[in-house]
Order: sequence, then C-alpha cells, then structure tokens
Amino acid sequence: MYSEKVMDHFANPRNVGELDDANAVGEVGNAKCGDIMKIYMKIEDNIIKEVKFKTFGCGAAVATSSMATEMVKGKTIDDALKLTNKAVMEALDGLPPAKVHCSVLAEEAINAAIFDYYKRQGIEPPVEIKCSGCCADCHKHD
Amino acid sequence: MTKSVYLDNSATTPLKKEVLDEMMPYLCEHYGNPSSIYKIGREAKAAIETARQKVATSIGADSKEIFFTGCGTEADNWAIKGIAQAKEKKGKHIITSKIEHHAVLHTLESLEKQGYEVTYLNVDEYGKISLDDLRSAIRPDTILITIMAANNEVGTIQPIAEIGAIAKEHGVLFHTDAVQAIGSMEIDVKAMNIDLLSLSAHKFGGPKGVGALYARRNVLPSVFMHGGAQERARRAGTENVASIVGLGKAIELATSNIESKTAKIRAMRDRLIKEIPEKIPYIKLNGHPTDRLPGNVNFSFNFIEGEALLLMLDLNGIAASSGSACTSGSLDPSHVLLALGLPHEIAHGSLRLSIGESNTTEDIDYVLEVLPGIVQRLRDMSPLYEKVSKEMR
Ligand SMILES: Cc1ncc(COP(=O)(O)O)c(C=O)c1O
Ligand code: FES
Repeated sequence: MYSEKVMDHFANPRNVGELDDANAVGEVGNAKCGDIMKIYMKIEDNIIKEVKFKTFGCGAAVATSSMATEMVKGKTIDDALKLTNKAVMEALDGLPPAKVHCSVLAEEAINAAIFDYYKRQGIEPPVEIKCSGCCADCHKHD
Repeated sequence: MTKSVYLDNSATTPLKKEVLDEMMPYLCEHYGNPSSIYKIGREAKAAIETARQKVATSIGADSKEIFFTGCGTEADNWAIKGIAQAKEKKGKHIITSKIEHHAVLHTLESLEKQGYEVTYLNVDEYGKISLDDLRSAIRPDTILITIMAANNEVGTIQPIAEIGAIAKEHGVLFHTDAVQAIGSMEIDVKAMNIDLLSLSAHKFGGPKGVGALYARRNVLPSVFMHGGAQERARRAGTENVASIVGLGKAIELATSNIESKTAKIRAMRDRLIKEIPEKIPYIKLNGHPTDRLPGNVNFSFNFIEGEALLLMLDLNGIAASSGSACTSGSLDPSHVLLALGLPHEIAHGSLRLSIGESNTTEDIDYVLEVLPGIVQRLRDMSPLYEKVSKEMR
C-alpha cells in the first residue's frame, strides 16, 4: 500500500530528533486523532540551517515528516513556506488516499515552526502563513 | 534473511494440509452439481451432508439445524435480518453489546434505519457485559439478543450459557457470533440455550469464503437467498462443495481435544502477557485477565501509534494487527477499545498478537527479542514520549 520511498523514509527517517538551540518550534495535530508532528528549526539569515522532527503517528506521518524536513533543509524561509503537501506527496511517489492528511500535517508543521520564528523575533508573520499550530482539530481520514 | 512469524491467527489461519486433501477431489474429480441425480451429483450431495453432520456434532446440534453460508459475515447478517423479519409481529427490539464485530453492528444499524430499536449493552473495563444490564434491557417487544461468544480484538469471552438461560427464561431468541470461539472453547448449543450461532471456516484451519449458520429447530430466520432448493430453499445457490467439505473437516479437527490443543497456545499467550510488560514500560493489557481466548494477546503501548508499530514489526518479519484509526481507515480507533474505556490516544497504540496452532516457542522468543527495541525506537521518535522522558530526568 505504501511506495518504496515511503517505506524508506519510514524505516530510515531523516532528521529525527530535537534541537536544543532551535529558534523555531511548531507542533500540530492531536494525540486524540493519532497524529502529532513537532518540528524544530534553527534559522539564521532567513535560512533554515538545521531542522529536526518528532512524530507520533502512522507510517505515512513519519515518512512525510522525514521528507518535508529534507525538502526545507538549507532553504530560505520563503521557499519553505511555499512547500505544499502535494510536493511532499510527489516526492514520496504518492500516498494512499486515506493518508493524504498526513502530508497536510507535515506542511502545517513547517508553517507552524516558521510562525513561531516570526513570533519570537517580534515580526508580524506574513499573511500567507496559514497554520500557526492552532489546528488541533482532527483532519478527516477519508 | 529475516524470520517470518505469523501472529494474526484471529484475522485468518493457514489451511490445514488434511483439510486441503479432503477438499481436492471435489474440485476436479467429483465435480457434479449436488442437485443432480446421477452419480457424481449424488457424491457431491453426500459430501455436503457429511460435512453438515460434522458441523452439527461439533456444536451439539442436529444436522437439520445447520445451513451453509458464504462466510461468517453472511451468517451474522442472515441470523439478525432473518429473525428481525420473521419476528416482526412480536416486536422490533434487539439487544446487543457495544463490542460486536462490524458484521453484527452494521447489520443492526441497517435495521435501525428500518424502524427497529437496538439496545447496545456497555461492557466493563475487561470487555464483559453485565447480566443485570441484560435482564433489565429485555422488554415485551424484544425479539433477539445477539452477543458474541468471544471478541476478535481483545479476546474477552462472554458468559454465553448464562445469557442463553436469561434469554430462554424471557422467551427471547439468542444468537451468538462464535466466529472466534470455535475451536478455542467448548460450545454446546443445547446446553447453552443458543438458538442461532454463526461460524466461519477460515478462523480454524479451513478455507476462506465459507461459513455456517446454526438455527435451532423451529427457529427459522426468513429466506436469505431466493432461488433453487439448496439449503432447504432458505439459501439458494449451487453449493461451494469443496469449501463445505473443507469446513466439515476443519471443524472436526478444531473441536476435538480442545483442552489439550489449546494448552500449548495458552502457555505461549501467558508467556507474552507476563514477559512483555517486564521488558516494556508504559503499557496496558487490554481484555480480560483470564476469561480470554487462548491465543489472544492485546496490549496498548503509550506514546506510539499502532500502524507504525505494525509496519516496524512487518519489516522484522512479524505479522500482527492493531485497532488504531490509521489501520482502519476511519477517524476513530477501534470501537472495541473505546467501549472498554480506553482514551483515544491509548487506543491508537494497540497491538494484537493472535497465536495459532502453527506457532512455536521460537516465534514467541523472537517477538520478545525484537518488540522492545521497536517500541523504544518509535518512542524515541514521538513528541509525546519526549515530554515523559524529560519529566523523568
Ligand atoms: C467475531 C467475528 N465475526 C465475524 C467475522 C467475519 O467472518 P468472515 O470473515 O468469514 O466474514 C469475523 C472475522 O473477521 C469475526 O472475527
Ligand atoms: S491529525 Fe491526523 S487525524 Fe487528526
């Protein structure tokens, strides 16, 4: 049911862990629904120098966290904000329909971390940041 | 090479060699239609009747009371819809439990849409219904009590003889889904006052896609399939002869010496139940401590999610199952675990290991060897565990 890429990122996830000196942390999801993603970033000169994640969730949740962190590592904040769940899914050679929400969660976690960065820097976040990590509601598993 | 350990015997079991051997001649050699009068037709018919007798004997019924079906789900559908229709004049109230298989629950939901009323009995933290609750749920218009003999997820065994006695006392019919129970515990439909019972061959070494409904004499659910005269014209359609023969052989094997056969399985179960918690902290056993299927082990592991656990186990060659939402494709984790009172986040992290006749001590050793590392690996990835491990420090 999962592609080889998904299984690879699940079995050997990249960037797992925490960053003690993170200056951007985003957490989305809800234990009640069975998925939580937490992303740590170290941002310098608008560049995401380091990124780590911790995920409570299914195989797809782990794989999308792994892939999304790979895709934003070394990128500018602006580029990272452009990352879509669709791009993450494509990079993983697709996800089963019931698992699309996991890639949405990954996109939101990246957004939430950057939102946190702006907040810490005392900068008004640009309007295009959709998710501040407030969306603790259950996404539909359809 | 990774090992291969099958611990999902509640999902299905391997077909036994002896069963396959009995089935084979009915595929190519004795291919006649059982309704035909010539020799190869009569042979097929005789084989079906022998199988019917074997099913009857194994549950203490009469062969006239056994109807073959396409699966356990069909037997459940037939028993419930068939009695609902047949007893419509008496009333439209049915009693069940919250932890039935979807084959029962979704059938009842469909009846609710047609104006039937259903009482869903609660279960306690171990998954048992209360007999007092059952007694007080019975009304003059109650036509059926349907409660499973043993639960497929957590393995809890219900007091079916007591339920049967209560049903009889109140003149209400009693159906039990015994799909998981056959071969794991003694069942005598007469002694236990069971009026209808569903079973399925693939759960005890038989082929997939064949089951049976037992319906006590004079307790006739309405016709399920209209057509020819097969199954006394109540479930028409040319019989799946080879599979029915396989069901007969499998049930004969599964229900002989249940005690000695299950002793070995029970010992493996008890070892997992004892040793997994010794090796892994923050876990909970789901289901009843003693009144449970001999092969059922079900634990919830805090801070991790069941599907990820299953995938990791699969990468290590272990086949198991879980009640997490992510494996069911629905939003909620298993209705059974929720009915036992588990919070959602704990229910997501459940693991069912179901042991069967082909498992060995080495299989159990292997699970005990690899499971702790897998759980730890997933916990190290989990933001929920992060909080706990920080508090511990
Ligand atoms: C308790 C219970 N009832 C019914 C069924 C359905 O049986 P079948 O797969 O033969 O339709 C199962 C099997 O999953 C079961 O465990
Ligand atoms: S976050 Fe995945 S279902 Fe709610």
